[in-house]
Amino acid sequence: MAVNYMIPSFEIERNDYRCIRCRVCERQCANSVHRYDPDGDVMLSDEFKCVDCQRCVCLCPTHALKIRKNENELRENANWKQNTILEIYKQANTGGVLLSSMGNPEPFPVYWDKILINASQVTNPSIDPLREPMETRVFLGKKPHDMTRDKNGKLNTELPPQLELELPIMFSAMSYGSISYNAHKSLATAAETLGTLYNTGEGGLHEDFYQYGKNTIVQVASGRFGVYKDYLEAGAAIEIKMGQGAKPGIGGHLPGAKVGADISKTRMIPEGSDAISPAPHHDIYSIEDLRQLVYSLKEATGYKKPVIVKVAAVHNIAAIASGIARSGADIIAIDGFRGGTGAAPTRIRDNVGIPIELALASVDKRLRDEGIRQNVSLVVGGSIRSASDVIKAVALGADACYIATSALLALGCHLCRTCQSGKCNWGIATQDPELVKRLNPEAGKERLVNMLTAWKHEIKEMMGLMGINSIEALRGNRMMLRGVGLNEKELEILGISHAGE
Amino acid sequence: MKRVFVHEEWCLGCHLCEYNCAFANSGVNDMVKALKGKPVTPRIHVEDDGKIHYAVSCRHCENPLCTKGCISGALTKGDDGVVTIDHEKCVGCLSCMLLCPYGCITTDEKDVVLKCELCVKNGRGTPACVEGCPNRAIVYEEVEA
Amino acid sequence: MKELLREGEFRNPSGCAIAAEISRDGRRFNAEKIIESMIPMHDRSNGLGGGFSGYGIYPKYKDFYAFHLFYDDRHVKREVEEYLKERYEMVLSEEIPTRKIPEITDEPIIWRYFLAPLKSVLRSAQLDEKEFTARVVMHINTKFRGAYVFSSGKNMGAFKAVGFPEDVGRFYMLDTYEGYSWTSHGRYPTNTPGWWGGSHPFALLDYSVVHNGEISSYDANRRFIEMFGYKCTLQTDTEVMAYIADFLLRREGLTPKEMAEVIAAPFWTTIAQKSDEDKARLTYFRTVYSSLLMTGPFSIVVGYEGGLMALNDRLKLRSMVAAEKDDMVYVASEETAIRIMEPDVDRTWSPAGGEPVIVKVKDGAY
Repeated sequence: MAVNYMIPSFEIERNDYRCIRCRVCERQCANSVHRYDPDGDVMLSDEFKCVDCQRCVCLCPTHALKIRKNENELRENANWKQNTILEIYKQANTGGVLLSSMGNPEPFPVYWDKILINASQVTNPSIDPLREPMETRVFLGKKPHDMTRDKNGKLNTELPPQLELELPIMFSAMSYGSISYNAHKSLATAAETLGTLYNTGEGGLHEDFYQYGKNTIVQVASGRFGVYKDYLEAGAAIEIKMGQGAKPGIGGHLPGAKVGADISKTRMIPEGSDAISPAPHHDIYSIEDLRQLVYSLKEATGYKKPVIVKVAAVHNIAAIASGIARSGADIIAIDGFRGGTGAAPTRIRDNVGIPIELALASVDKRLRDEGIRQNVSLVVGGSIRSASDVIKAVALGADACYIATSALLALGCHLCRTCQSGKCNWGIATQDPELVKRLNPEAGKERLVNMLTAWKHEIKEMMGLMGINSIEALRGNRMMLRGVGLNEKELEILGISHAGE
Repeated sequence: MKRVFVHEEWCLGCHLCEYNCAFANSGVNDMVKALKGKPVTPRIHVEDDGKIHYAVSCRHCENPLCTKGCISGALTKGDDGVVTIDHEKCVGCLSCMLLCPYGCITTDEKDVVLKCELCVKNGRGTPACVEGCPNRAIVYEEVEA
Repeated sequence: MKELLREGEFRNPSGCAIAAEISRDGRRFNAEKIIESMIPMHDRSNGLGGGFSGYGIYPKYKDFYAFHLFYDDRHVKREVEEYLKERYEMVLSEEIPTRKIPEITDEPIIWRYFLAPLKSVLRSAQLDEKEFTARVVMHINTKFRGAYVFSSGKNMGAFKAVGFPEDVGRFYMLDTYEGYSWTSHGRYPTNTPGWWGGSHPFALLDYSVVHNGEISSYDANRRFIEMFGYKCTLQTDTEVMAYIADFLLRREGLTPKEMAEVIAAPFWTTIAQKSDEDKARLTYFRTVYSSLLMTGPFSIVVGYEGGLMALNDRLKLRSMVAAEKDDMVYVASEETAIRIMEPDVDRTWSPAGGEPVIVKVKDGAY
């Protein structure tokens, strides 16, 4: 092979004293990095192939392996960083658009980490969640306050359809295709146990999972894969996907190689054909078109299910959200620029969209300023990493959060960001049966349930220290937040004071 | 009784169970010390055939042929149902190896007979193969006969 | 001393004392006893705010909105009066009579007006007169710097000042007014704003609130209620509570009991044990009005025409005692205050968290 100027991104450090030549690393690496050489009784590595997924490290029974960043340094330059240069080499080698996966890894500010939470001291008591009830149940949907009574004064308690969640967290959309059958099964069963919902993404719903319908959000995206009446009726809610935080403004592409028999059936497309989602919905070129689709879906399902409209957080998100709130949608889901993806052009992932914290704050404010906040519930995603992120999002004004990357991490994902290769060593972002079986959905479900149970405990602890015993009293309660190291403009947009004020 | 079962659906063929087994029964407290550079003689074996993997170990049969055929009385089935071997009594005739229909009896390099004793003798409680399986393919469960 | 931020420019948590007395028969009596009742609770206040509300005190003008205003200077007074005259018929404009006492100093200009909205103005605004009046109050309080409407109901009035409540009562000569219902408040703010508008009761139209506590849900409640045209200028719980009372009771048409079910909603575990009808109603409230749930400690008395409601937060994190004797009902932070008003009560009880004490005056008696 001609010199291609590339260097391996990682170095494999094998402690030869510890290595017992069990060859587990070799058997477990789908990228064929490790190899046993019987001549010298040594383990060899092809570091060019390593993506640092850590599968070998985790399974090595004697902890003989370490993966490190390649310490080889190109000539230092503050402008031309190593990665920037290597990307040029890569494009010069291939002539292609660079592809990446998962969320934006660039060092943009993470506002969650610059916001601090209040606690009760003296003037009101904190509440101990182990001794007092602490409520995290939320309802998502329109909350009209045009209360009516019958002639005896009895209240008409009928409401537009609501989603009832036991905690303000749902699993965000990931299609069957971008992730495996077992990953979907883990999410569906975990959502059922936790009293929340997972989201099919745009890949249709596998027939085995119709049984989890009341914990399922079925998505309708621009490719309309797998969309038909039974599918729409199967879920508890329908989500129209207008955009995705990782790649606002573009569609998706599931390569034909991943469209096997099962996926072909679920997506309702021929086996082996590329599944291409167009950039826009070709029946939605403006807000009035969106309204038509919202009502078409409601007509098709007898007005029994809330309709979610999911959009990527972009510059004029407040105005867009205001439009959606008047379009008949029951819930708006906003996906920030750090949201994950199974594959996106690197340039788009790293340069398009805005942080979810700012988008959420400005949308919540705008909807309140216009007096239409009750028309919709707000769900936010795009890198919610912990219980404290959830608390901060709710206090900024969210009704609930969507998590996906965190959920994949719970399933074993190590954020190697090469989902697009289809060779996920953890059995998540792959359709190779040999790899898919690496995720036992029973274990997957348990890990998801554990993670969110832990988050729920933490949420309750944090609510308690603020003296709040029901999550709705935290929603939009921005006085519970203070910024640190933020400038006036950032504080103004977030609608919070600086710490010390 | 509780026995070791394998779910083929989840067995990845990583062979970790073999190393965990060999280490658990080595009597040494460090895996490297126990296994490095030595022949590894586990009591569980992963059978591989292309994409199918299956870990096999002693079934602790209701009516074990091995105990019936043991000429020295070294192999016995205890009240707890576990088939164990008394190395003091074993004469190394290997009849049991020939009799076991599952191929679950093996020997080490000194022809000492080895078989799965559900980690009852090494004081672990849960069998090491079960504990170390990365995909819950090997389980230790009570199954109605 | 550096000039401090004015009330409303920062959040000022307070501890407090509250008391109320009401006659179910609608008998009218002066405020002497309720003023006295605040004395044993002296240590619950710190001299930085006290006040009273009386109902049925202006029988002669009962069909007119009684506006009580604080003015910083004559200039803004002239401007506000001009603004009012464009919208209302003003039947009386007078200084609220006060007694000079050494404990109360630095008083602003304290004025009252009895007003009837001009029909032509109402017609062009397409609003009922209460909604119109509420908006006028909001407008004055947010747009005229140095003017503040602290009472705006019919046949009722709030009186408040910086000082201990017992002194405030003497200052306003409340022994010379007679009403069928009185509420009072002594304040213990953690900051020293020294502005009279920040004292309690807080009143809008005929709703008045005295409150002890610090609600942890404050900003969630505020940001919700502000969607409906209310402007929370004081950053106090009491203000937001008064607006919520106005919103739920007047605009949404809830009963006082239903209002208690919204702001001190039962826990889901409790709701699960209720009858189907109750379950449906309580679930409806917790869904539609979820942003009006108040968490954190509070005891409040909401006064309104013809009655009052006393309520604790759902965990009962603040003390509140109730008692009755014949047609009278008493509520106070401490039983000792009740014993001052009526040493020989028929019964006293401590209402459970979230369980409202609702007193209704006989129809036609007020």
